[in-house]
Order: sequence, then C-alpha cells, then structure tokens
Amino acid sequence: MAAVMPLSNLLDARRVWRGRAEPLPAGEQPTGWAALDAVLPSGGWPAAALSEILLPLDGVGELQLVLPTLARLSQGARAVVLVAPPYLPCVAGWRQHGVDMRRIEIVSATEADVLWATEQCLRSGSCAAVLAWPRQADDRALRRLQVAADGGRALAFAFRDRQHLSNASPAALRLELEARPQARVWVRKCRGGALPAQPVALPRALH
Amino acid sequence: MLWACIALPQLALDGVLRRRADAGPLVLVAGTGHARSIVAANAAAREAGLRVGQRLSAAQALLAQFEALPYQPERVDQWHRFLAAVAYRYSAEVSLLPHAIVLEVSRSLNLFGSWPRLESLLRADLDALGFRHRISAAPTPHAAHVLAGVADGQAVLTDEQLRHALQRIPLAQSRLPAAAAEALPGMGIRTLGQLLALPRDGLRRRFGAELLLALDRLTGAAPAGLEAYRPPDRFDLRIELTHEVEAIGALVFPLRRMTSDLSAYLAGRDGGVQRFTLQLEHREGHTEVKVGLLAPEREAGMLFELARARLEQVQLPQPVIAMRLLARDLPAFVPAGRDLFDERPANALPIEQLRERLRARLGDRAVHQLGSTTDPRPELAQKVTAHDDGWQEPSPRPTWLFERPIPLRGAAPRILAGPERLETGWWDGGEVCRDYYVVETAQGQRGWAFCAPGERDGWMLHGWFA
Repeated sequence: MAAVMPLSNLLDARRVWRGRAEPLPAGEQPTGWAALDAVLPSGGWPAAALSEILLPLDGVGELQLVLPTLARLSQGARAVVLVAPPYLPCVAGWRQHGVDMRRIEIVSATEADVLWATEQCLRSGSCAAVLAWPRQADDRALRRLQVAADGGRALAFAFRDRQHLSNASPAALRLELEARPQARVWVRKCRGGALPAQPVALPRALH
Repeated sequence: MLWACIALPQLALDGVLRRRADAGPLVLVAGTGHARSIVAANAAAREAGLRVGQRLSAAQALLAQFEALPYQPERVDQWHRFLAAVAYRYSAEVSLLPHAIVLEVSRSLNLFGSWPRLESLLRADLDALGFRHRISAAPTPHAAHVLAGVADGQAVLTDEQLRHALQRIPLAQSRLPAAAAEALPGMGIRTLGQLLALPRDGLRRRFGAELLLALDRLTGAAPAGLEAYRPPDRFDLRIELTHEVEAIGALVFPLRRMTSDLSAYLAGRDGGVQRFTLQLEHREGHTEVKVGLLAPEREAGMLFELARARLEQVQLPQPVIAMRLLARDLPAFVPAGRDLFDERPANALPIEQLRERLRARLGDRAVHQLGSTTDPRPELAQKVTAHDDGWQEPSPRPTWLFERPIPLRGAAPRILAGPERLETGWWDGGEVCRDYYVVETAQGQRGWAFCAPGERDGWMLHGWFA
C-alpha cells in the first residue's frame, strides 16, 4: 500500500464521511443575553439539564447572568427554587430585574442536605429552575443532579468556585465568569456544539 | 330506594390479621379458664384442623404451635364503626347492623355510576383495607342484609324482584326473631315465601307483633327503623404491637396501615387533616411525634411518607408496645386543581407535596418566600411571607443582601452611583442614617456599600450586585 490516495476521492466515493453533531432544537430556554444565546448550541440554556456557573468571587454578575431567565420563568406555572443561597436574595433588587418573588421558593438547608434538597426539587417536576450553591459536590453528586434535572424537566444551575474548572463535570454546560479586566463569560463546555473561542461580554447594568 | 349491605363475616379476625405481615396459624379465643374456646380461626389454623367452637385445650392437642389472642368485642366494635366511616363516603345514610353495614345508594348512583360500578368501588376499598366482605343490594336494608347472609354479590333492584328473591330464602337464614325462626320449620314452613303467604292475623296471634314488624321491614311495608350513623369528628386509632419494638424500622408497616386508614376515613368525611399526633406507647409513658402540614391533605401515600420522615428522627427511649394515631382537627379539604395546559410532566410531584417533603426533613421553617415591607431600612425592607406587594424601588438595589453589613477592607472602592441617603427609623430606636453607594472593588465585584453621611470613609458593605 504505497499509493497515496487523496482524501477527496474517498469523500466523493462516500467511503469516508465527516462526523457532525446533531443540531439541537433551538430557542427553548433563551438566557436573555443575545450574545450568549448566539454562541450556545441550543440557543440558550440546555433544557432539562445541569448548567454549571464557575466564579472567581461573589458579586461579579453571576445572578445577572440568570436573572432574565428567572424573570421569564417566574411568570410561568412552575416555581423557581433557591436551595441554600449564600446570601439573602434582596427582594427589591430581584424585582428590578423583573422577577415575581411570589414564585421564588427559598429552601434553607445545611451543607449535608443541600444536594438531597436540590435533587428532590429537580426530580419533583414542579420546579422550572433550581439554583444551588453546592460546596462539596463531586462528579457523582453533579451527575445525580443532571439525571434529576432530566427527569423533572427542570433547569438546574450550580454555582461553584472557579477552582473546580480543572475537574471534569457531567454538566451539559459550563460557564466561567471573569470580572477583570471586564465582565466576560467563557463557555468552557457545551454539549452538542463546538466551544466558542472568544468570551462573551456581559454588560453590567445596575438595574 | 336501594340499599347496599356490606356483611363482614370475619370482622374480629380481619381486624387482627390486617396489621400482620406473617400468616401463621392464629385463633381468637373467648371465655375464661378451662372454658376458653375458639371464636375465630384464620386459614392456616383451619387447615390444621382447628374449628370455631373448639375448646382451646382441644386445639392445643391438635396443633403444637399457634397463636391464640383474646377476642376483644370493643375492638370489633371499633372496626365496625371505622368501616361505617369509610362507607360514609358513598352515602349520607349509613347504619350499623350486626356484623354488617347498610347504606342507601339510590342517590349515590347518580354520582358513582351504575350499581355494578359502585359495588366494585366498595369492594376495592374493602380489599385495600384488608376486610373480607359480602355485598348485596336490595330495596330495603333488612332484605339486603338477609341476601348478603345467603350469598355474595346479589343485587335485587326492584320491589317485584325482591318478592321473588325472598321466596326461596330458608327461614334459618332469614334473620327473623329467633323464636319464630325455630318454631316455624316444625309447622312445615321452611322458606320466607311460604311464611309471607300465611294470613297475618294467625301469625300475630301465634308469634306476636314482633314477627310481623320484622316481615314488614323486610318487604318494605314498614320503615326500616335504623339509627343513622354519624362519623365522629376525630380520628383515634390504636394498635398494639405483637412484640416489643426497639427499632423504628419495625414501626413502618403498622404506620403504613394507620395512615391509609386515616386517609380512608378522611375520604369518607370528605375532609383533610392538617395536624396529627403519633403516640408511641412504652411500658411507662409514651413518646409523641407531631406531624403538621401546611394545608389539609388526605392522600394516603403522602401522609405515610411525612409521618415516616418525622418518625425516623425519633430516638426511642424504651421499646414500643403500642402505637396510636390521633387527629383532632379535621378541616375541609380542597383538592388541588390541575390546569389542562399544565406544563409540568405527567408524573410531577405537586409543589405542595414537595414543600411538605422538604419540611419533613429540613424542619418546619425550611421552605419560605420573601416579600417586601414598606420599611425603607434594608434590614427591615423584606421579610418571610407569601405576600408581595410588588412595589418598585426607584433607586438601585443589590441582588444579594447581607444579613448584617460587614466592613469593606482594602483599597477605597470606585464609586459607580450614589449617594442615596437613608435617614429613618428614629421613632423605634433602630435609627439609620447612611449614604448608600454602588461601588466596585479592585477585583471587579460590584457591591452596595454605605458610609456615614457626607463621608467617603469607613465603608460598610451591605450587599452584592451579583
């Protein structure tokens, strides 16, 4: 087999073909950030799946990223649940982002119960989105959340420290937030599409 | 009028057997000393040759190993009334007859469908509760009672059919006054049909008015004269365990029975339960487990799961010998409606049940909502409530709020907006006088910080614009 065959011949003969990911159905859960929707394969959050948001610090726009989605979901029939948030959600501030606070359920749980409570909420099927701040979540725990989100048709958001970026994660989408020199979002993993090479700017408004 | 009769041939035995998982030979005995005799025996015991009416000593000679429990008439009465409460779900006219329950169902058929359908509903309920039964229907309650005694599943829907059906009933099964039922066969009268054909005057002279009244009640010529059953306003169920239980796990099976009984009782009253108490009785004293719900509920699985979650947190100081379920206030139950265009998955757990499940494990106050108040002080501007007035604050507010402000250390932050002066609270001692700014730290975090009026120093951070 010394003869070198050009690849184009094989392609033309249909003996070799290029793999391509199945295009995802678009636009079910837009993030509310047009620039981010444009680079995400499903045109928004992966529906019924876990999205991981990795932060360097608190207060760098992590809620701003999800608040347009929460505002939209809080108009729907299903509840939005916050499991053990690190601070108190400020009612006036959330309302300035258009969130109906009557649809937001806050669950206080100890560190040991956070994953259990998150999984219960996701699995129940009566929550549109569940936000959690797990501190001791390993690969298996996140996989359980991913499965529960799929079973309950809910959006799951896990906010974690940026140090976890080097660990593999079963989340369908991983976003990393950057505060300096300006607020930007890196897509670090997205199921069903290629990773965008450039970060997406996150314009920060006060309200 | 159409009356259904539920005959309960083994009420005493079923009441005992239904809370047991095993099925070894078991008999109920009554009497004292050497006169103790068997009044009921389960299938395994009958197979071994034990019979009702046998002396206990004779039974012990036949079979080495069997369980003999005392026959408790008051317990039988309790189950009888419990089943009447369950039947109350299907009719407002329920009465107790010996070893039977009768209920007027002609109007219930409008709601539940034809008689065969209602009959299958009744049977499903009784099967689920673990009581053997025979069901019949007739235009009068006493006739239904007689028919249920003869065979299972008879339905006589019109007066004409009733006359016909009564013809062939032997007097021994007719539940007529004992004196007449014993004397008449000696005179050649063996069936109800023969008796009904006799002249009434002669019967009255020979057996008194009592027999005629019984016959008239049977055919519907006289009112049934039954006392209507009213379900009590509280639920109280106590079961004694067969042995001393030291592990909570062994209480789960009886607990499931108790909560499903409670659920059946609530369905009968068309009510729900919001609070109930489980009493775990020890040799001395008892442990109380209180179960509280946010809204009245009556679904058996949910009541069981919640009670179980509470029970599992209990440390038993002593072994448990009996368990009691008490529910005193039974408010009206409003079933949750579901929208036709509901976007939830078909097998979704309703949000109310999710809340209860979380509360059962995490504590009563674990699930809450936040709403705003009219107080401008950030610490008091929001509170735990289901009410939210929707007031739009014109000045920027953060999305994360700290429970109390913390000092902002490091280099002086960059000011993005402000100041917004809050000067209030002088009337209640919690006076606040602050200039709030939106600031950005050197790391790019946006915070909501304040300092004393007019100063740009001593920053206190009160929240994040996350």
